[in-house]
Amino acid sequence: MPGFVRTVVVSRLASGGRAMIFAGRALREIFRPPFEFQETARQVYELGWRSLPLIAAAGYAVGIVMSMHTRASLERFGAEALVPAVLALALVRETGPLVVGLLVSGRVGAGVGAELGAMKVTEQIDALEAVAVDSFKFLVVTRVVACMIAMPILTAVMNITGIIGGWTAESAVSGMPFETYFRTAFSLVQFTDYVPGTLKTMVFGFIIAVTASYLGVHTSGGTQGVGYAATRSVVTASILMIAANVVLVRLIFFIFPETAE
Amino acid sequence: MTEPPAAIRLDRVSKAFGSFRVLDDVSLRIPRGRATVVLGRSGTGKSVTLRHIVGLLQPDAGRVFVDDVEITALSPSALAEVRQRIGFLFQNAALFDSITVAENVAFPMRRHTTLSDGEVRARALEKLAAVGLARAAESMPGSLSGGMRKRAGLARAMALDPAILLVDEPSAGLDPVTSEEIDDLLVALKHQRGTTLVVVTHNIPSARRIADTMVFLHEGRVLASGTAADLERCEHELVRKFMQSEAGG
Repeated sequence: MPGFVRTVVVSRLASGGRAMIFAGRALREIFRPPFEFQETARQVYELGWRSLPLIAAAGYAVGIVMSMHTRASLERFGAEALVPAVLALALVRETGPLVVGLLVSGRVGAGVGAELGAMKVTEQIDALEAVAVDSFKFLVVTRVVACMIAMPILTAVMNITGIIGGWTAESAVSGMPFETYFRTAFSLVQFTDYVPGTLKTMVFGFIIAVTASYLGVHTSGGTQGVGYAATRSVVTASILMIAANVVLVRLIFFIFPETAE
Repeated sequence: MTEPPAAIRLDRVSKAFGSFRVLDDVSLRIPRGRATVVLGRSGTGKSVTLRHIVGLLQPDAGRVFVDDVEITALSPSALAEVRQRIGFLFQNAALFDSITVAENVAFPMRRHTTLSDGEVRARALEKLAAVGLARAAESMPGSLSGGMRKRAGLARAMALDPAILLVDEPSAGLDPVTSEEIDDLLVALKHQRGTTLVVVTHNIPSARRIADTMVFLHEGRVLASGTAADLERCEHELVRKFMQSEAGG
């Protein structure tokens, strides 16, 4: 192996190893006192509550588009009556969690990466340490916990607004009443469809917050470095989340075999 | 006169960043309740020395003691306890830019005291008044001038009435009058509260006002130490030139 390739590979592996240690520490510190309740609540507001308009709007639009596509497909088989149920199932099992993950990865990943990156280059993280505050707990763990709390809630919002969007599209075509649509939509959705899909978003939240925090607190190179941290946070978190989704879906099928049917 | 016990000791500390050796076998003794000014050209390890004292950097070799406790061997929680006794003014102030100036000063008190909200606020305003910034209490750090940020940083460093105050370039960005006021404030802290001061500066008039002892760092080593008069008579020409070059202000 040429020397420079070897150097790059070793450097990437070392970086990956450091990131894994960082993630492990974040996971461990979640359960160890002191717990930064106030700062965590603030982060739930910043990362979760302030993402609500984006998620609700996106969910509504996704619901409309999915409804149109689903209807077009089911019409071929004369199964238009199944449009609400198919849409709800697709949203709850996969589309909702994944779209929320990607949206949050974009909004929160960039925000956390840039915020912590800026704090790093302006020595604010050192200043926290200097006033005897554990910066890892205060900055990283609070964001990780907040993201893990916010993601399932945002996914529920995405699912509901998606179904409302689906009804909007369906009612425009068939004039179906909302109550009928809603009842039909949830006729096929079981507990085992809803819970694993929603809970896996907690893993997405962990991945997004840890990735963005890691890249943020390891920022160097001034304002350009902050920009890199923000961009890399979004890209890396999105890729990791999509890769994790493959594993999680397999895991859900294994734990809840009925969801694979 | 007997020398007071050491508040801070650096014992053969070395530190390198990559191949650049910033501190090379540096040993220092900072007496309790005295003001020690660290002088030297840019990039000679003055700020790095302060960062070692507060545990923001770990030496590659050597040990750092604060009140006879070796901080280089402490757990994070034990180090946090030591840090509560140390105030640190960063070179660029490093104010938290998402909260107001008053909240910056209040932050350490909210974290480490059981004072009520009102008491914290009153004390924060008192600290800001001491550095002449009472009217900027509700401003955001981003709207302050460099000198004002520096003073706000000093107020935050004083928030917990620390026994040790580390001050990196207190005069940078300040007009001569304000600079002198800050120097007077530091000297008053030393006399009234017995605060141990470690001040990094390039400003020789300021150093003369503050210092009981001066330490001159050069290329990561202690080139000279003693009183201002000792450094003026120092055998090293660089130290004499440094002391003379800005003697007039």
